Amino acid sequence: MKELVVISGKGGTGKTSIVASFAALAGRAVLADCDVDAADLHLVLAPEVRRRESFSGGQRARIVAERCTLCGRCKMLCRFDAISLVETGDGGSAYFIDPYACEGCGVCAHECMKRAIEFGPVETGEWFVSETRHGPMVHAQLGIAAENSGKLVTVVRNEARKIAQNRGRSLLIVDGPPGIGCPVIASITGSTHVLAVTEPTVSGEHDVERVLELAAHFHVPVSVCVNKWDINPEMTERIEQRAREKGAEPIGRIRYDSAVTAAQMKGVSAVEYDDSPAAQDVRKGWERLCDRIS
Amino acid sequence: MRIAIASGKGGTGKTTLATNLAFVASKEARRVVYADCDVEEPNGHLFLRPEILETHPVTVPVPRVDELQCIRCGDCVDICQFNALALAGKKILVFPELCHGCGGCVLVCPNFAIEEVPREIGVVETGRAGDVLFVQGRLNVGEAMAPPAIRTVKAAIPPADLVLFDAPPGTACPAMESVRGCDFVILVTEPTPFGLNDLKLAVAAVDALELPHGVVINRAGAEEGEVEHWCACNDIPILARIPDDRRVAVAYSRGQMAAEALPEYFEHFSNLLTRILDEVARLRACRTGRRVTA
Repeated sequence: MKELVVISGKGGTGKTSIVASFAALAGRAVLADCDVDAADLHLVLAPEVRRRESFSGGQRARIVAERCTLCGRCKMLCRFDAISLVETGDGGSAYFIDPYACEGCGVCAHECMKRAIEFGPVETGEWFVSETRHGPMVHAQLGIAAENSGKLVTVVRNEARKIAQNRGRSLLIVDGPPGIGCPVIASITGSTHVLAVTEPTVSGEHDVERVLELAAHFHVPVSVCVNKWDINPEMTERIEQRAREKGAEPIGRIRYDSAVTAAQMKGVSAVEYDDSPAAQDVRKGWERLCDRIS
Repeated sequence: MRIAIASGKGGTGKTTLATNLAFVASKEARRVVYADCDVEEPNGHLFLRPEILETHPVTVPVPRVDELQCIRCGDCVDICQFNALALAGKKILVFPELCHGCGGCVLVCPNFAIEEVPREIGVVETGRAGDVLFVQGRLNVGEAMAPPAIRTVKAAIPPADLVLFDAPPGTACPAMESVRGCDFVILVTEPTPFGLNDLKLAVAAVDALELPHGVVINRAGAEEGEVEHWCACNDIPILARIPDDRRVAVAYSRGQMAAEALPEYFEHFSNLLTRILDEVARLRACRTGRRVTA
């Protein structure tokens, strides 16, 4: 089974639109949306949810006021500034743990002399197995301001791999998150191939460089695609040249085309919408990518 | 005044807005800091072109086990919630890249066999770009944890009238770490289904942190659409609509700020800054207990 992961470094370069088109072109792939804190692929692929599971990414601490003697040891030991002394309604005060700042290390609970801190798993998200018109899809929604998006990415990828194996599908296409941190690392480690989608801007150029380094760091072969390339042809040239130097293969350019947004408004991928210039470019890129992966 | 510029979706124009606002504020004799909290892919420097005056390492404390003192009891392994320590045969293995630096292992070791040593995961750079005071974080490629780098950026901010935090995309821990403690959050979006979907997630996140916020619609068309409608229904102020202007995109691709390259945009961003500061003052005067519907 081959696993293609589409990432970009910089956000908003067109990852999800391209993945949606690839899903339509591949026909029999399994799909995974690993941008778990701002997932958008479902807006185009309209998945019908068949299975829904809750995700616990870690544990949280909570103070039981009745047992707390206000000694302040928990606040002193917390390295994440999650604990503060707050005024209570009756004129007294109490320690409070901010659930959004709590890192879930458990040090406060372990060290509390009065056992006044409860420490246990919390639900921090949900993941789904769905059917779409282009094949099965695994996706997720991380809870508001939750931690551990990397772990949830791993759950989504593992489940998608399982489905691919069980149904005898030979390709898994992953829509990755922006950046180069924890969820991106969790998305690309051990995959077959990375496609880095960028744009010909100073930001796009800067960010794709770091993505190529990241892929090299984890020994994953990488291809590059410059989206909206005609906004700045010289820079496109420069990005592709730089990509070659870094061992990445440019697999094609996509023209700037308002049909891409129009397709998104209609809830379909660019290649399903019409035979626009961008759709033609995506088709060509897909063919070259298939040659590279197989 | 501390204002964060954030968004659910990537590539909506956070850096465009933050750099332009910093630029116009500095021309209006305000002491302004631009702080790039997108430590995975910092881009503000490409537009502000600062002179970097100081560079400091970002470190996290990680355990070092003294094998002579270690009695292999495994207490450190048990308390670690992040699997950064493991007992393998007769040796404690440390996985520094998984360590969150909570200090739990040091606390529980009965034989004082663990000390903490700093591990560098990135740098924070400070300098000047004209009259703008500049701070940025940069995570090393291959490092997963952005929050410690963001905390170091925030600690490096000099006194100022106005601090603009350029946040990373998403709603997970790096984005939340960036907006925490700010007086106001500007959520930048674009008038597309992806933009609206991710705006809803971002609003839920800043609501959870009880931060006052308003919306800027970038690449706005002539007519109002779904984003405006949703904001109106949820009583969220729209601070500005930045028109979809190819000249802005071209300037951006070359690393120019619109307020610098196009005179009418200087006025546009200057008005926007006034509007935002008025809005913050108004919201501070009357904090409302609004709830958002999905």
